[in-house]
Amino acid sequence: MLEIRNLHVKIADEDKVILNGLNLKVHKGEIAAIMGPNGSGKSTLSYVIAGKSDYEVTDGEVLLDGVDILEMAPDARAAAGLFLAFQYPMEIPGVATMTFLKAAMNSQRKQRGEAELTTPDFIKRVNKAADLLGIPKDMLRRPLNVGFSGGEKKRMEILQMTLLEPKMSIMDETDSGLDIDALKIVAEGVNARRDPEHAFLVITHYQRLLDYIKPDTVHVMSRGQIVKTGGAELALELEANGYRDYQSAA
Amino acid sequence: MSAQRTATVTPIRSSAESALIDRFPALKASLPGLSRAREDAFATFAATGLPTRRNEAWKYTDLRAAMREAAPLAMKPNDAEISVALNAHSPLAGQGAVTLSFVNGYHVATEGELPAGVSITPLAEALTAGHPLLAMIGSLKLAHGDLALSLNTAFMTDGAIIHVARNAAVDGPIALRFVTSGPGAIATAARVLMVVEAGSRVALIESHEAQGELAHQTNTAVEIIAGDKSVVQHVRLGLNSTGAVALSTLTADLGAGVSLTSVNVALTGSVTRHQVFARFSGGDSRAQINGATLLSGSQHADSTLVVEHAAEPGGESRELFRTIIDDEAAGVFQGKIIVQPHAQKTDGRMASNAVLLSEGAAMYNKPELEIFADDVACAHGATCGALDDELLFYLMSRGISKAEAEALMIESFVGASIDFIDHEPIRDILHGLVRDWLTARAERLNAGAGM
Repeated sequence: MLEIRNLHVKIADEDKVILNGLNLKVHKGEIAAIMGPNGSGKSTLSYVIAGKSDYEVTDGEVLLDGVDILEMAPDARAAAGLFLAFQYPMEIPGVATMTFLKAAMNSQRKQRGEAELTTPDFIKRVNKAADLLGIPKDMLRRPLNVGFSGGEKKRMEILQMTLLEPKMSIMDETDSGLDIDALKIVAEGVNARRDPEHAFLVITHYQRLLDYIKPDTVHVMSRGQIVKTGGAELALELEANGYRDYQSAA
Repeated sequence: MSAQRTATVTPIRSSAESALIDRFPALKASLPGLSRAREDAFATFAATGLPTRRNEAWKYTDLRAAMREAAPLAMKPNDAEISVALNAHSPLAGQGAVTLSFVNGYHVATEGELPAGVSITPLAEALTAGHPLLAMIGSLKLAHGDLALSLNTAFMTDGAIIHVARNAAVDGPIALRFVTSGPGAIATAARVLMVVEAGSRVALIESHEAQGELAHQTNTAVEIIAGDKSVVQHVRLGLNSTGAVALSTLTADLGAGVSLTSVNVALTGSVTRHQVFARFSGGDSRAQINGATLLSGSQHADSTLVVEHAAEPGGESRELFRTIIDDEAAGVFQGKIIVQPHAQKTDGRMASNAVLLSEGAAMYNKPELEIFADDVACAHGATCGALDDELLFYLMSRGISKAEAEALMIESFVGASIDFIDHEPIRDILHGLVRDWLTARAERLNAGAGM
């Protein structure tokens, strides 16, 4: 599904190298977790995959179903089936959540050559997904993310993921700032989409989220590279021993 | 001290200034009422002439340069002209419980039911026949000496005096529609006074409309005198002809415990200037004064406001001006908050935020605070920049194209100012006009890309 080969990335307009020959494969139906200390490049990786312009790829490839997406604009990547749940979702005053959701869903459909959703069909889909995620209707009437708590913003990310139906979802520290109840809702949103067709890359600093989203594989990231790969037990090991071994080894 | 001879200075008049000065004595005889006020106002203008960059209050808007010739003062329109003017599209049509229509500055029609507690007299009628509230015209000292208002006072032809009775909760907005139309460029000077008695609630909407490219010179002034504990909403929409020089002034004199909201949406016109003079004469009032301006081509739009806190407790003023500037257009924001020595506990916050969409766009921000009391909280902030890259990325990461994402962000940006309007249908119409502006921009960009 997602394959990253020898990815080298630096900050645009600066010499600072952040990803340093990173290799990673996430297969169809797999939930992969990336864990690593602060500053290891986890968030940069998610931004580069999604197409943020602050970074410059100096070498390597990012393939989604065999197609290199690095030359594609962020909206085209989304239409190709990629989704990034942000660590800090943005607030957009003055734009109603429903307006935003409809714009996003229809833009993607248009890019894929599909018919736009009718308003009743759109509302039906939103209501169904909102009910599933315990999102109250009045949240949908408010401007996007404005005045939302940290937990509500993350829930809104999961709602977007549910509605946009991506094949490859990246969760960037989705657990940060969440209480256990919100964490469970986020995890349920991911688990509800867990099937042989979808893949997830879950980026997290702590093992806690992985109690609720059981990963198939765990990768340890340090200094811009994947330095160790294992099963779910690797996360527990990290929780017990910390990242010290990997920081000095890298 | 020895007496000094005063040097006689003969200023060099521009063609427009000479025309206005020549015009006044002849017109004075035909302009009804308030002759003393007109003469004083005219003298203020004549002493200075049209303001230039040398006049601090007009530093960024050179009216003398913008108004090289004085357009002739509009005559009362005939029936055919009225019908053409009123048949033109009006975005806010049907929004008023009662709508007063003006063509070329003259009252021509009143539609709808006058809400209970409201009385309205066309200004021309009041000036001719007399009216108990006439003396309140021009009563806000804070605005004295202002050149745009002085010109309006000198030449005011018609308008309205609106009276809202004590404790009236007025259902539905009072709408004023000003249409400027005709085969050639004209000058208009309409004046509105709204006296809101204590405890009342009312909304006033003004829509200024002109189609085509003519260089009309419109100068309107609305004065609001808000009694204690009244709640006043004011909305102004400026859809001028593309060549227009459009001046507008809002004065507001607030009693105690008043809540005033004023939102000005400026979209078209070659050179526009909207001025607000608001005075907190009574204690503990609240005013929210906003502007939403969208500029393209070589447009120039100026928002200038002076807010004076003059009572204790000093009350709360909030100003939020949002400006979008494309192409070679220029925006101006001048905002001054004055806190008088006894106006303790004043809480004033003023923000002017501009987004520049092109290399050639310019914004001039001049926020000022004059604080003479020691127990106040006042702040101002002026920002100027491109659209937020982080937000753009967020929207695009959801599959929204760059053009559509920018449009959503622009609508959101100016919407923050528009959304203070309580009346939902009016808010929606104004959002719709912003979307129309964005559609026109997208078409310009597409046309440019296709070349």
